[in-house]
Amino acid sequence: MGKRTGCSKGKGGSMHMFNTAKNFFGGHGIVGAQVPIGTGIAFAEQYKKSKGVVFTCLGDGAMNQGQVYESFNMASLWKLPVVYVVENNEYAMGTSVPRSSSVVELCKRGEGCGVPGRQVDGMDVFAVVGAADDAAKLCRNGNGPILLEMKTYRFRGHSMSDPAKYRTRQEVDEVRETVNEAVEFAQNSPEPDVDELYTDVYK
Amino acid sequence: MMVREALNSALDEEMSADPKVLLMGEEVGEYQGAYKISKGLLEKYGPERVLDTPITEAGFTGIGVGAAFYGLKPIVEFMTFNFSMQAIDHIINSAAKTSYMSAGQISVPIVFRGPNGAAAGVGAQHSQCYASWYASCPGLKVLAPYSSEDARGLLKAAIRDPDPVVFLENELLYGESFPVSAEVLDSSFCLPIGKAKIEREGKDVTITAFSKMVGYALKAAEILAKDGISAEIINLRSIRPLDRPAINASVRKTNRLVTVEEGFPQHGVGAEICASIIEDSFGYLDAPVERITGADVPMPYAANLERMALPQVDDIVRAARRACYRSVPMAAAQSY
Repeated sequence: MGKRTGCSKGKGGSMHMFNTAKNFFGGHGIVGAQVPIGTGIAFAEQYKKSKGVVFTCLGDGAMNQGQVYESFNMASLWKLPVVYVVENNEYAMGTSVPRSSSVVELCKRGEGCGVPGRQVDGMDVFAVVGAADDAAKLCRNGNGPILLEMKTYRFRGHSMSDPAKYRTRQEVDEVRETVNEAVEFAQNSPEPDVDELYTDVYK
Repeated sequence: MMVREALNSALDEEMSADPKVLLMGEEVGEYQGAYKISKGLLEKYGPERVLDTPITEAGFTGIGVGAAFYGLKPIVEFMTFNFSMQAIDHIINSAAKTSYMSAGQISVPIVFRGPNGAAAGVGAQHSQCYASWYASCPGLKVLAPYSSEDARGLLKAAIRDPDPVVFLENELLYGESFPVSAEVLDSSFCLPIGKAKIEREGKDVTITAFSKMVGYALKAAEILAKDGISAEIINLRSIRPLDRPAINASVRKTNRLVTVEEGFPQHGVGAEICASIIEDSFGYLDAPVERITGADVPMPYAANLERMALPQVDDIVRAARRACYRSVPMAAAQSY
């Protein structure tokens, strides 16, 4: 919303939210750019010998970006501790997976660069947690990168109203209320001070 | 000391002083560096800190930026800056803009370095100068060393700097030797970013240049001196930030300006300097400002055409004479 109370003081925008204290290194506005960056954070974890694992998330559309395969290659070559989470909801903006991708089984797309992949039911919270746990364990033990293809579906209309087997009506209402409170706080927040235009260009 | 040794020693000293500093790029390790700039570093620091990458600029530049996000200090080498275009999204969107977009939460202490501009007979795709493109971007710092002192001091400054720095070397300067003082050789030596150097004082005309063109400008100054024209030669050292106070002070003294660069004329470094002087020191000018640049053509391969496509010492001499009203109405290099 471009407000001074935002996590980047209103200067980043909806695609650029960061919280380094919680190890969240942000969204990025350039499709696919986050993949080498996430791979780089994994590189730094390995360099620091920290036993950390990095989850780098991308959509089915980003899977056709060249730099994704460049990252896969280096992650595999150097055995970097990174789990690539591909959220496949079948559509990249208006373009479906079969219309844009010659090989539609996205979990297999890393094999050519040495990254093994698994397909997971992205609508099943327990399947997702289990797969993430297993992948993180493998990565931490120095086995190199893994790709998890989360099969999900894009809902039409308001997804909050659609029934979903993993949550109750009450839970939806509670979440809706929390979201509404947050939205109200954000909408009532002031814009950043105009002095902020020229701050933070350099450290 | 040769420029090559100056760069090598700077890399060595900074890697020795800070374990977070690492070097990555094509052939930087086992091959000892495509131009031998990283000679000996793999043996000394090991493969974890001197990484031979596959030929994947977009990928390894992004990896370098990610590593910088997480607290390391990578030095990413491009075999030439022409190949940086494969990775330019990461240099601009991932590195340069992140401190701003995160309101200072994430800093990106990364250095992008390699040879820039023309070499000798390497053709259009291997000869472009990227100084003006990178220098137009807020969030980047852009440096261009000339001498061995520049190479040591500016590279050390770049590596220590918390922001992304584009470090533009020059292949033809690698083998050139310059005298260096004991102060320059000390491992604590560092030059400030954003400060130009007056290589030669003068009173009749200010000539600005960077990288290889500084040498040409100095030769031009010798020739001009025989004609009684005293040229002040400014070695920019820093393209972004540009040392506007130093350039303005010089022009206010000499009242005439000629800018020199190898790159393309439109939207070049000289265009920025001329605009800056007109904005800040218009009343001091006694002659129109003039930019000497490379020709407005992709670099030709043939040696005679390449010579015509780049500024030569004579072009600088003629421009300085024009600024001092000493004839020759036509510029040496025509554009369309």
